[in-house]
Amino acid sequence: MSTVVGEMDQHDDHHHHAPSGLTRWLFTTNHKDIGSMYLWFSFIMFLVGGSMAMVIRAELFQPGLQLVDPHFFNQMTTVHGLIMVFGAVMPAFTGLANWMIPMMIGAPDMALPRMNNWSFWILPFAFAILLASLFMEGGGPAFGWTFYAPLSTTYSSDSTALFVFSVHIMGISSIMGAINVIVTIMNMRAPGMTYMKMPLFVWSWFITAFLLIAVMPVLAGAVTMVLTDKYFGTSFFDAAGGGDPVMFQHIFWFFGHPEVYIMILPSFGIVSAIIPAFARKPLFGYASMVYATAAIAGLSFLVWAHHMFTTGMPVFAELFFMYCTMLISVPTGVKVFNWVATMWRGSITFETPMLFALAFVILFTIGGFSGLMLAITPVDFQYHDTYFVVAHFHYVLVSGAIFSIMAAAYYWLPKWTGHMYDEGLAKLHFWASLISVNVLFFPMHFAGLAGMPRRIPDYSLQFADINQIVSIGGFAFGLSQLIFLWVVIKCVKGGEKAPAKPWEGADGLEWTVPSPAPYHTFDTPPKGFDKPPEVK
Amino acid sequence: MAEQKHEKYYVPASSPWPIVGAIGLGLIAFGAGHTVIDMSNDTDGWGVNVLLAGIIVILVMLVGWFRDQINESMSGLYSKQLGASYRQGMAWFIFSEIMFFAAFFGALFYARVIAVEWLGGSSNNAMTNEVLWPGFEAIWPLTLTPGGTESGAMGWLGLPLYNTLILITSSFTCHFAHVGLEKGKRKQLTVWLGITIVLGLIFLYLQGAEYVHAYQDLGLTLDSGIYGNTFYMLTGFHGMHVTLGTIMLIVMFLRVLKGHFTPESHFAFQATSWYWHFVDVVWVCLFIFVYIL
Repeated sequence: MSTVVGEMDQHDDHHHHAPSGLTRWLFTTNHKDIGSMYLWFSFIMFLVGGSMAMVIRAELFQPGLQLVDPHFFNQMTTVHGLIMVFGAVMPAFTGLANWMIPMMIGAPDMALPRMNNWSFWILPFAFAILLASLFMEGGGPAFGWTFYAPLSTTYSSDSTALFVFSVHIMGISSIMGAINVIVTIMNMRAPGMTYMKMPLFVWSWFITAFLLIAVMPVLAGAVTMVLTDKYFGTSFFDAAGGGDPVMFQHIFWFFGHPEVYIMILPSFGIVSAIIPAFARKPLFGYASMVYATAAIAGLSFLVWAHHMFTTGMPVFAELFFMYCTMLISVPTGVKVFNWVATMWRGSITFETPMLFALAFVILFTIGGFSGLMLAITPVDFQYHDTYFVVAHFHYVLVSGAIFSIMAAAYYWLPKWTGHMYDEGLAKLHFWASLISVNVLFFPMHFAGLAGMPRRIPDYSLQFADINQIVSIGGFAFGLSQLIFLWVVIKCVKGGEKAPAKPWEGADGLEWTVPSPAPYHTFDTPPKGFDKPPEVK
Repeated sequence: MAEQKHEKYYVPASSPWPIVGAIGLGLIAFGAGHTVIDMSNDTDGWGVNVLLAGIIVILVMLVGWFRDQINESMSGLYSKQLGASYRQGMAWFIFSEIMFFAAFFGALFYARVIAVEWLGGSSNNAMTNEVLWPGFEAIWPLTLTPGGTESGAMGWLGLPLYNTLILITSSFTCHFAHVGLEKGKRKQLTVWLGITIVLGLIFLYLQGAEYVHAYQDLGLTLDSGIYGNTFYMLTGFHGMHVTLGTIMLIVMFLRVLKGHFTPESHFAFQATSWYWHFVDVVWVCLFIFVYIL
């Protein structure tokens, strides 16, 4: 890793202060600025997508149609999903990657800082286009975030082309972001930091970035075929022309399944950093964590059709995808075991990041178990397209991915802002979120097992009580997130000064620099790595 | 660039081009969406104007961004580490392109092996054929769709074969140019690079001629069923990539004439060369799976 630059410091990059004004944010090449923009953007999208969920839950508070018409309801479920996946969870992880990876590996910045800024700034345009399509004649996308053909081709509204192109540029943004992360990790590690000495957050993002580069182009292909089928007379997904609607599902889920791991692998990295820090013990099984993450990523390419057990496949294929899916629980089990073993006989304290990480381990495991139930082909015939599925993936994505993002935010806020956050308020946020998220999603399991279908604005009377409880949980969870906003703003504005290392048991390069982290972290590479930080 | 023992990192200065590029892509997406919607409703709208504005913004961005990059690179500002980052970034970009083509090849394989066969009654789909599409025969190329659309099929002899030979040859000439650059033989570089560009242009011309032949003589169009769909989408996206590759080669040619690139430092040329080999490999796959088999 030899780097040679002559004595040309003609630009002001080596000064440790930030430029000011609007152009700082528009023209920036600074990984911390870009990381902050990603994080704020994802939080705004979290609130936008969340308010759509509130519309859904308000409509479902009672049986019958009361607030919105079914077509609008469908647009809400669709855009809620698209925004939460592509606008909230993925940008939040990219923001964390931007902020933390260069600091964790001792790099001055991301490898390709200008492209980094480009990837971020595409997102506001992409989501503005997607949201604008809601106001067009005939409405926005209403075919579910999975945009199955022929719902998205024959039966979709005029505005579908806008959906297609906005997904295209979101994809461009994600691919560039992922290329940047993967090149940063391969090329910018400080001398001596070999792959097996990297923090696990870096490892998990390394693998995530590979998944992103591999599957986002497939999504681009899928939306392109939807576009030509709808507007240019092709018949990829139309049997009359020799195509097949089931083919859409195969292509989509070849993207879609790795995509759901894209939204959970960085969580594994976050939790693997936080649990050893607050248990004050080395992480149990560092190497097995790396191999388990890689195994999960590898298997994610072989399980896509478990989303389509009821759509028609030869029995051999159903069995193949069932067994491959169940196999994933082995590396996932390794990870959960390692987290629990790390805490075994540790001196645990329960600051907010640790609370969220603990809740993650338990609630993600519940989501994992319901996933295992869904993996079993014969019983999936009952669960398919019911609220059981909704409960499953919200346990994994909300109390899994989102909780880990909250954990990460609390864990690194002192490093980002230079202040300690308000622990009392943060604990209130945690407990409010923990209780409401379970009131929100746990009863959905029962509604689903009893046969309540998803994505329908009305339901039979016997589901009324359960839906009322779920809606109350939903409103409570939504409101609880405003506490988080309050904590963050308060922490940015002031508070107790944070030391360089506010957490006694934490380890890693990011804690060796002052809080807040200086505008440019490492001018010259730091030295001396003998172990990964979690193992020290 | 003086070799120094104690290294310092290089971080590029801030730049307006990324945000310009984001605005350009935003305009293209918004404009293209409205253009397509207008076309399908047979109305004239402002979508095309937005699309063109977006394309102009992107072109301005490309020129400006690359000009800055070239100036910084020529003034020796870049470190070896940045060069490695560029190379790795390009390699991953090509990997993403491979996966994009994989989606369409996947559609082709699925259609041939599964969709068309099932419509013809294979596996346990006898009733699908008997009841839904009576009389439909599963053949490939699918010159008669279940819905009754008829078209001709494109053979592999003639134009496609010539194009294959041309593109494979161009990969070699591109490599010879690269070797010339690495050995400091500028004349070898210029001549072989020029030949590569000419071969690329001939390929594109013949591809256009093939499309005319397909539309006019064979009745094979974009909407003539899954055979025409996969044929045009795969060759079309490949053709767009060849076009882009040829433009990149032309830019490299102009830069070579201006005396840019040294045997040690020529990332842009190397990236272009990789890209050219990549479109060549994609073509070979196309030739085998779309034309011959």
